[in-house]
Amino acid sequence: MRRVEPDIALSQPSGDEIKTTTCYMCACRCGIRVHLKDGKVRYIDGNRDHPVNKGVICAKGASGIMTHTSPSRLRAPLKRVGPRGSGEFEEISWDEALATATGWLGDVRARDPSRLAFFTGRDQSQALTGWFAQQYGTQNFAAHGGFCSVNMAAAGLYTFGGSFWEFGEPDWEHTRYFLLFGVAEDHASNPIKTALGKLKGKGVKFVAINPVRTGYGAIADEWIGIRPGTDGLFVGSLIHELMRAQKIDLDYLVRYTNAAWLVIEDKGSPDDGLFARDAEGKPLAFDRFAGGLADAARPGVSPALTGTFKLADGRSARPAFALIAERYLADEYAPEKTAAATGVPAETTRRIARELAHAAFEQQVTLDIPWTDSTGRRHEKTVGRPVSMHAMRGISAHANGFQTCRAIHLLQIVLGSIDCPGGFRYKAPFPRPAPPANRPAKPSKPGTPLSGAPLGFPQEPNDLLVDRDGTPQRIDKAYSWDAPLAAHGLMHMVITNAANADPYPVDVLFLFMANMSWNSSMNIPAVLKHLTATDPATGEYRIPKIIYSDAYASEMVAYADLILPDTTYLERWDCISLLDRPISGPEGPADAIRQPVVEPDRDVRGFQSVLLDIGARLKLPGFVTESGAPRYPGGYADYIVNHERAPGIGSLAGFRGADGQAYGRGAANPNQLNAYIEAGCFHQHKLAPDQLYYKHANPAYLEWAKQMGFIGEAKPVVFQLYLESLQKFRLAARGHGAVVPPPGARARIERYFDPIPFWYAPFESETDDAGGFTFSAITQRPMHMYHSWGTHNAWLRQVTAENCLYMHRGRAVQLGIADGDWVWIASAIGRVKGRVRLMEGVNPDTVWTWNAIGRRAGAAALSPDAPEATRGFLLNHLITELLPEREGGYRFSNSDPITGQAAWYDLRVSIEKVATGEARETSPRFEPLPALPAREPEAAL
Amino acid sequence: MTSLPEASAKKLGLVIDLDTCVGCHACATSCKEWNSNGYSAPLTDDDAHGGDPHGTWLNRVHSYEVGDGAESRTVNFPRSCLHCETPACVTVCPTGASYKRASDGIVLVNPDTCIGCKLCSWACPYGAREYDHGDGTMKKCTLCVDRIYNETMAPEDRVPACVRACPTGARHFGDLGDPQSAVSILVAERAGFDLLPEFGYNPVNKYLPPRARKDREVTPRAIEAPLRAGPGSNADRFFAWVDKALSR
Repeated sequence: MRRVEPDIALSQPSGDEIKTTTCYMCACRCGIRVHLKDGKVRYIDGNRDHPVNKGVICAKGASGIMTHTSPSRLRAPLKRVGPRGSGEFEEISWDEALATATGWLGDVRARDPSRLAFFTGRDQSQALTGWFAQQYGTQNFAAHGGFCSVNMAAAGLYTFGGSFWEFGEPDWEHTRYFLLFGVAEDHASNPIKTALGKLKGKGVKFVAINPVRTGYGAIADEWIGIRPGTDGLFVGSLIHELMRAQKIDLDYLVRYTNAAWLVIEDKGSPDDGLFARDAEGKPLAFDRFAGGLADAARPGVSPALTGTFKLADGRSARPAFALIAERYLADEYAPEKTAAATGVPAETTRRIARELAHAAFEQQVTLDIPWTDSTGRRHEKTVGRPVSMHAMRGISAHANGFQTCRAIHLLQIVLGSIDCPGGFRYKAPFPRPAPPANRPAKPSKPGTPLSGAPLGFPQEPNDLLVDRDGTPQRIDKAYSWDAPLAAHGLMHMVITNAANADPYPVDVLFLFMANMSWNSSMNIPAVLKHLTATDPATGEYRIPKIIYSDAYASEMVAYADLILPDTTYLERWDCISLLDRPISGPEGPADAIRQPVVEPDRDVRGFQSVLLDIGARLKLPGFVTESGAPRYPGGYADYIVNHERAPGIGSLAGFRGADGQAYGRGAANPNQLNAYIEAGCFHQHKLAPDQLYYKHANPAYLEWAKQMGFIGEAKPVVFQLYLESLQKFRLAARGHGAVVPPPGARARIERYFDPIPFWYAPFESETDDAGGFTFSAITQRPMHMYHSWGTHNAWLRQVTAENCLYMHRGRAVQLGIADGDWVWIASAIGRVKGRVRLMEGVNPDTVWTWNAIGRRAGAAALSPDAPEATRGFLLNHLITELLPEREGGYRFSNSDPITGQAAWYDLRVSIEKVATGEARETSPRFEPLPALPAREPEAAL
Repeated sequence: MTSLPEASAKKLGLVIDLDTCVGCHACATSCKEWNSNGYSAPLTDDDAHGGDPHGTWLNRVHSYEVGDGAESRTVNFPRSCLHCETPACVTVCPTGASYKRASDGIVLVNPDTCIGCKLCSWACPYGAREYDHGDGTMKKCTLCVDRIYNETMAPEDRVPACVRACPTGARHFGDLGDPQSAVSILVAERAGFDLLPEFGYNPVNKYLPPRARKDREVTPRAIEAPLRAGPGSNADRFFAWVDKALSR
């Protein structure tokens, strides 16, 4: 055949127009360019100028077009017409929807505003939603952090005023050794991928500590297949080894931490275990040169880190570090003692410790950046220990996650590697004081706003939201003795507690963007019962009214009474604000916007604009002008530009002031959104060289951060290795003080509120080993779907439309299970059927599956025979939301006892092959959800 | 039979780094996204929201394990047309629709003359060609021929969509016929290899093997000495060291 080369059009433009905005296919908030052709989205790629993704895009981001055009998009407001859960709805007008919502909410506010529970899921507008709750007057507000990663956030913020992910990141450029703990292929998405590619190119060692070797773990230089929930033991052994080897950065500890602060030793007294303080309340250290007690923060003090010293009142006290060292040098943290529980051989632990020490102490990084520290000492160079770490869900989703994460921070700090070259670096507005200064607001009176933000960080029992007898004042029992430091609330307990009227019932449950009748709840069969349970006396639902806002026909829609349909992420205004969860990097603070790149073709409205509308209809303070007119008639875009949280400080830091030249503080600029759009929909402020490192003790940074309103005072942030706040709760459990825990909670507080990080066994393992539930069961997040509602995306579901249960080959053979077999996965509360795949790269005592692939038949506009519904499954059905009864019959939630973090990964299961003849499909399956009403035929794809 | 051109000096292709590919599928969906509308349009999806969702893709990622026990590892393997120098998929084509470009070596399908007979997909040992039920023609990686020479795009964007997307930087595009090109140097430095060289089709695309693992002793045992047992408990020895170190 003759060769013919046809002419090809090689220079067709990608579209008629390219608009920038911010991705929302997960929580990573990359900058994207949306190529439009004939007014429709034709192509999306990454924005090269954007600080988060620098041009790259992930599988989700590049599939956004199919989520944007999904047939499961909601089309108009809906009101329930059949029984709750039946999925029978009628389309209504926005006027009717808003009048209904306002009627319900206004009535509750006048009677008892705490009877509104307002919880938001993947909300990136918590500065607004939290403010709504505050002005409405309900303390019952939180977003999804309680079931996501509050353990990480709280442990970091209480310990060193920062945390992983949005709060900080490794110094990718200079690090020489990188430990990645429990990142189930989730946060963060593109920045971690990009950095791992670079680290490997430079030959920097990357160690993945994860029970499962997929994704990031697959390319690690070393994979440590640890048993779930034992990371704290492994980290403890690393600290043990570093101390034994005398590879501890003592200067760093003296300069930046409370290691030298003296801890009172006076058993039985109300201040046992608290810091010894002078008359002004300043913590004391023992000055080795002066030979006496001194203000620990006074420059020139040469504090002791060991020994026992006499206080002025004759009692004895010891440096916090001595107590910490004694704990970690004890035999229980010796690598050979922890190996059985962790599954990590002692020699491996010792070798990792050696490698850490080598990187930290033999490969110091020196940058030519002069800076001056908070004692006034000038440093000609900036020197750092290039060991860095990142951790996420595998650490946080355990009932021991807070203390484990504290142990990781302790490891970073004893190596001297926080905010130094090559170490872990803060992102503005962090660091903030440790512990954080803001406390949760107390409940208000009818018709009255809260005195402050509903969420905060308790430091002592007085800060709790409890009645005199210890009864929780929040519906989720956050800030009660069940979970005193529940800084993000416990969204996973709201439905259960409200239906059980424990501690009290609610009148309205208002949810946004959270699939709480499916993959965001534990024990879904029970949750579905709670959502439909009625009061036998009145016939009313136990949760009388449920309002829900979502863009898609998720499983939760069927359980709401009123649906407020949201837009897709390409049809909306948003701000990624420094008041909330910004996109800052270590080089400087950054924020961003979303702009509507296309107009909705349905009768839907951005949730934030709807919330502002409802707030104005309710006449909430701040939502209306003095004359009672809506303060932000232009919706969310109007609010983003004109709302001020403090004088001159608003949602966006860039292009402020009448002329758009001010940064951080300045008058509202009516042209601000246009300025952002022209700049690519983000704004980044670059810090000066002398502000880049040691921000916690660097006046050049701290003074500036104070001017920006990030911190109240330009004082150094002292790392709280010994966390006195925890000891205050413990003292209350011993009966000291005015606010003490009820008797049933005392032993729990005494045990877990240890001011020194320690490891304890996850709760489920205590009871479940005995029941034969010997496998740990966890989930990983598929990189191409996680956080994206991917299972209705026409492209992504071609990659993964069903999930299997992955098992270690050797262990499966012992149980007579072969690849492809169907098995029953059973826990103490139920069983789920799934298909097994065998692999080598998994901890032998662990089984796992991909998270949130399984769907309820009919949800998300998928056909009832979709593999997601017939073969895909959730482990959620097996995870108990309440722990077994304790003395007195009380059941604590399945959460970290300190923060209330949902303990998803404490699950224990048994595995058994299904009987011959059993159906090869998943179980349990629920009644298929009917299609929602549509005024027009569904758009063909 | 369709004939091949004289071997071209320019051999455009991809170099894919198996050491850094995390299997995220960004390359696959970016490819799907670009090519659903570009030169290769349509890339048909069938039963997109039904019981058997499937469609045409020009690039797919496979993740699997190799080896057993402690020696096993997980490999993420992106698979697309390798733009072979002597591609059987071209020579078997009965209509001349499959062809290799003389100027740059890209293997393409002319949709106007492709009859959808699928002979080429049988001939390709790499499974790189997919039949599109929507328009009845064969689809394959074009190296984004409608991007790489596209004068309406910024020069840095004139790369295949998969390369533009890849978050870990595991995908590289360039002229493998030029020994001085960045991709050729990368292949030389990292011992890039051909897939199934025994078939003799001389793939242009190369794969970089995973780097040697570092899960054995790699650093000097620098901290070994102080670990030796001495008098007293761990804490006693440690505290003595702390006091001494702080007194310096």
